[in-house]
Amino acid sequence: MYRYDEFDAAIVRTRVEEFRDQVERRVSGELTEEQFRPLRLMNGVYLQLHAYMLRVAVPYGELSSTQMRKLAHIARTYDKGYGHFTTRQNIQFNWPTLVDIPKILDELAEVEMHAIQTSGNCIRNVTSDPYAGVAGDEVDDPRPWAEILRQWSTFHPEFTYLPRKFKIAISGGAEDRAAVRFHDIGLRVVRGEGGDIGFRVWVGGGMGRTPRVGREVRSFVPAADLMSYLEAILRVYNLYGRRDNKYKARIKILVDELGLARFIDEVEAEWQKSRASATPLPEEEIARIRAYFAPPPLASLQDNPAELAAARKADPAFDLWIKTNVFSHKVPGYAAVTVSLKPIGGIPGDVTADQMDMIADLADRFSQGQLRATKEQNLVLPYVRQDQLAALWRALDMQNLATANRGLVSDMIACPGLDYCALANARSIPIAQEISNRFADLRRQHDIGSLSLNISGCINACGHHHVGNIGILGVDKRGEEAYQLVLGGDAGEGDAAIGQITGPGFSAEGIVDATEKAVAVYLANRRDADESFIETYRRIGMAPFKEALYDAR
Amino acid sequence: MTTQIVTANRLHDGLVVFRVGESWTQSLSEAQTYTPEEAAALVARIEAEEKTQVVGVYAVEIDDAKVPTKGRERIRALGPTVRPDISKQVEA
Ligand code: SF4
Repeated sequence: MYRYDEFDAAIVRTRVEEFRDQVERRVSGELTEEQFRPLRLMNGVYLQLHAYMLRVAVPYGELSSTQMRKLAHIARTYDKGYGHFTTRQNIQFNWPTLVDIPKILDELAEVEMHAIQTSGNCIRNVTSDPYAGVAGDEVDDPRPWAEILRQWSTFHPEFTYLPRKFKIAISGGAEDRAAVRFHDIGLRVVRGEGGDIGFRVWVGGGMGRTPRVGREVRSFVPAADLMSYLEAILRVYNLYGRRDNKYKARIKILVDELGLARFIDEVEAEWQKSRASATPLPEEEIARIRAYFAPPPLASLQDNPAELAAARKADPAFDLWIKTNVFSHKVPGYAAVTVSLKPIGGIPGDVTADQMDMIADLADRFSQGQLRATKEQNLVLPYVRQDQLAALWRALDMQNLATANRGLVSDMIACPGLDYCALANARSIPIAQEISNRFADLRRQHDIGSLSLNISGCINACGHHHVGNIGILGVDKRGEEAYQLVLGGDAGEGDAAIGQITGPGFSAEGIVDATEKAVAVYLANRRDADESFIETYRRIGMAPFKEALYDAR
Repeated sequence: MTTQIVTANRLHDGLVVFRVGESWTQSLSEAQTYTPEEAAALVARIEAEEKTQVVGVYAVEIDDAKVPTKGRERIRALGPTVRPDISKQVEA
């Protein structure tokens, strides 16, 4: 894992002191709310429906057990005993008081954490693949690059007041697990013709009210030029991006308005100008950062040890969990394990302080003290010995953290919605809970197979409904909560697609039935159990789903 | 003729509060009721005078049972519907 150097530690401490002073001045009346609001947003503090909300950055989703224990302590001491993992690999606390937040930030700084770049019109916390460094299909570990991007973007003076927020994702595997084409900039680590490392770059992807699939702007940027190339993109955006209309301010709209060809020309022209004077990323610096992400000392083991096979045979529930929640590791004899934060009928992404402590202990016992947060609002233990999977499973199960549902219908993404969020039109969580209860039978879920179901409480799409195989969007229909059904979305780079609305919306009860009907249409039409929901949808199209949803009404 | 209450978030802790007399309460049932004209005048006065006590002051329409008529305002007044253990939803 990355460890702070003295510069990192100093800027984080300085920022906490600055914010402490700002809070004091706000409370004393020296700062008005209008003056204070942008300052608190630069420190991850929102005012939500019921209280302040603090969003803490988990850079590229990587967490240590020590950090997790600190999050548990914060949840217990300053909040109501729980936290919420978000679709951007961050964690939110729902109930901190404003006057406590400087103390919370002090505590976070003790474990090299902060809330910088979690809100406001800056380059946000970079997101990445939760299996970075352990996935067998990796071209290169994306974390050193994500860390380089973090260092470059934090307090970058030129990019602190962008037209709008700016999100970057980076993926290093053959399969894209970071939804790179739904970010302002998406990066994939690739190898050039000579075998050297570089990046394929997409710009202008995003969700929200104007969903766009990112457009490729360069098939290869040499690694040493990453910074200067991204700077060129951001300069073009900073110059031409609209500041007059919040809804047209994202870079995706600029790409639309300029046209892709002209946008690329502008970026290339800017790059050629600045590249000459820019310092390429020094080899030694890349090597220095890379060293932080060296794998921990691992034993020399064989895949599929006898203990594992025996335990799978002895316990069908364990076997089911292995099938979904265990991801193959590049090191023989190891596995990456998903800790499901989606118990049947639970609140997606919520985790209690006691669970956090337990997960931290399990990370120490079974995973070299390391953890990852995923954009699907789960956690990952990246270094588990296969011969210890059964022991880990039993321990997780005691805390209701071993639901065998990763990638299945009840592994839903759901934003906080109207239960917490000041911008919401409708509740997301109760819908997620109802659907989860409806599909409670895990055998049935395993039979349905791979299916992403994403729920947002408003068009801002924090719940990624546009890219769910099934998406649900909460809307306000003359003062009542209503829900639109969206089908066919896909977050992965190769098949990236924005879902299409099926037709008229549904009531809260109706949307759960509609979801079940959509699944039934899939089951009735799939070629065989190997054809997933999205594959069937692509083959048969929207019509059979529409028919089932609306014709009988 | 609609009846209203006046609500805000308390500055120092962000919690939802309701106007009663010259002060604030966290309990919806204790909230004072106003005519829309009274509420509008009160909101303006609080905005001018209580900048260090509260933020986001506004008036909310309520029904005969003194419950906000809009779903959003009901949830805001009573807490997350999915966490009865920590919210005031039982009051409703
Ligand atoms: S999608 Fe809307 S309701 Fe959900 S968290 Fe985002 S802003 Fe709030």
